[in-house]
Amino acid sequence: MLQLLADGLIVGSVIALGAVGLTLTYAILRFANFGQGEFLTWGAYIALSLLGLLLGAAAMEPLGPFSFGIELLAVLPVAAALTALLALALDWALFRRLQQGQAIALVIASFGAALALRNLLQFLYGTLPEYYTREIQIAIRLVPRDTLGGLRITPDQMAVMGLTLLTVVALHLLLTRTTLGRSMRAVAENPSLARVAGVDVEQVRRATWIIGAALAAVAGIFAGLTGQLRPGLGFDLLLPLFAAAILGGIGSVWGAVLGGFIVGLAESLAVPLVGAEYRAAVSFLVLIAILLLRPAGLFGGRP
Amino acid sequence: MSELLPILSYVSFFLAFAGIFGVMCLGLNLQWGFAGLFNVGVAGFVAVGAYASALITAPSGLGWPVPFGLVGAMLAAGLVAALVGVAALRLREDYLAITTFGVAVVIQLVALNAEWLTGGPFGIQSIPRPLFEAVGGGLAWNLLYLALVLAVLGAVWWALERLVTSPWGRVLRALREDEVAAAALGKRVARFRLEAFILGCMVMGLGGALYAHFVGYIAPEDFLPVLTFQIWAMLILGGSGNNRGAVAGAVLVWGIWTLSGNLLRELLPQSEQARGAALQVVLIGTLIAVTLILRPRGLFGEKAQVSRHAGK
Repeated sequence: MLQLLADGLIVGSVIALGAVGLTLTYAILRFANFGQGEFLTWGAYIALSLLGLLLGAAAMEPLGPFSFGIELLAVLPVAAALTALLALALDWALFRRLQQGQAIALVIASFGAALALRNLLQFLYGTLPEYYTREIQIAIRLVPRDTLGGLRITPDQMAVMGLTLLTVVALHLLLTRTTLGRSMRAVAENPSLARVAGVDVEQVRRATWIIGAALAAVAGIFAGLTGQLRPGLGFDLLLPLFAAAILGGIGSVWGAVLGGFIVGLAESLAVPLVGAEYRAAVSFLVLIAILLLRPAGLFGGRP
Repeated sequence: MSELLPILSYVSFFLAFAGIFGVMCLGLNLQWGFAGLFNVGVAGFVAVGAYASALITAPSGLGWPVPFGLVGAMLAAGLVAALVGVAALRLREDYLAITTFGVAVVIQLVALNAEWLTGGPFGIQSIPRPLFEAVGGGLAWNLLYLALVLAVLGAVWWALERLVTSPWGRVLRALREDEVAAAALGKRVARFRLEAFILGCMVMGLGGALYAHFVGYIAPEDFLPVLTFQIWAMLILGGSGNNRGAVAGAVLVWGIWTLSGNLLRELLPQSEQARGAALQVVLIGTLIAVTLILRPRGLFGEKAQVSRHAGK
């Protein structure tokens, strides 16, 4: 039982980070970006390539109890920056040109871009699973087996959860304490009013893409660290991301975080009931339930 | 004459596929082109139709005649559509996109894992191909099936044309253009939308059944998201809101897909084939993006509908 909860929280961390990016682009750029999942995948694979460049054929020297070395922490911001660059390029080449049309054209375009990006990645890297490190990690037993089934957790998993919370707090401070953050919230609330009030909407747009894609890259790297890297990594997470963002209420950062953890826990707790093969269907049920019961989400405004 | 036969066989094979995609594309056109409903789960509804028809007609299933399969496919796809539609249609439009995307993922999971029903990853084999033995297979059967596909395509086309020019179709377009105005005129928005969504999905299910009886074998990997994407490419390139555009897009995109596939097979060594297939999808993705930017109405845009009483 405890173990399931812990597993759910770890998956939830990845979903939460990805969903925060999704909810921001959804609220500020005003369309459901089906490409968000691919930013996770690209971030994870860019980090893999950077590690390869940095280390050559050598393996990472593990850092303390972790399976990864200082190198992974070093390439993480670079991979996030490159993923943000990819998002900006995509915006420049595609989304910006469609802005005048209906929002739904953007959704189709993002769906097309997602498939193209995923297949391009598959073309470049092949379909075999990859790992950041082959280091075997020993899980630490936090709770003995006789209490609620016990709890074992690896240092990597703890690092992922800790860094996720740190990232979200940093984002919260950015959105509430800086001018940029206030401008972003203003545009989410009412773009025309924000423009009239002198907010640089272009800058907000760029910042939204950068933040959303960078968070996705971090989520992708965490997913790769606690699992394996596959070209379908981000695509398989897309439905949980949407479920989490809608559950939390579109535009709400803490809602997306909470939604991410709820979806992660629901998936993990459902495994003994429905079997691991139907795990992905759980986020769909969460989505349907929230649409039927409370379409505005937990913290959302308008449905 | 004898060297022409393989070409004829290939052309009939190609056209039969194009026609099947055309049927699916007409279903999507009813939803997106006329009602403005954004369905990202086309592959899921096609899969429901294909599996339903296969289970009804295959010897391992009920073993009933093929026409029952086609009807069953439409009913099954319509039922799933009704469930999805009730949950998602009353909300903002992109929630329908997310929900249909989700339902396609779940259908894919069921196809892959519910082995007692769907055969799991191996799928369903020996789906009856109507009159295959009677005409001895080969070219004769290809032509026969092509005729069947074209007949179904024609019937669906005719029915949809009648439907969208009827008062029902006018309400649908009114809804797409201005929901509030239509509601103010007393039109029941939710019901019209649900009807259009269900009907469109039924047509997609019919397309899936046609596919199953043509190939004679279905597996979960036939209904991946890339199928949804292909159908969308067909509709966008051809021009949504116009049935002629939908069918022309189906032929065109299927042609580009087949040609690029053949080309990549020629150019790339055996070991790189799987990677080459990925490039095909990139090509189609780019095609959609470029069409959306340069010619958002597609090759054949929607015909302007002007009342015959106007200007009098």
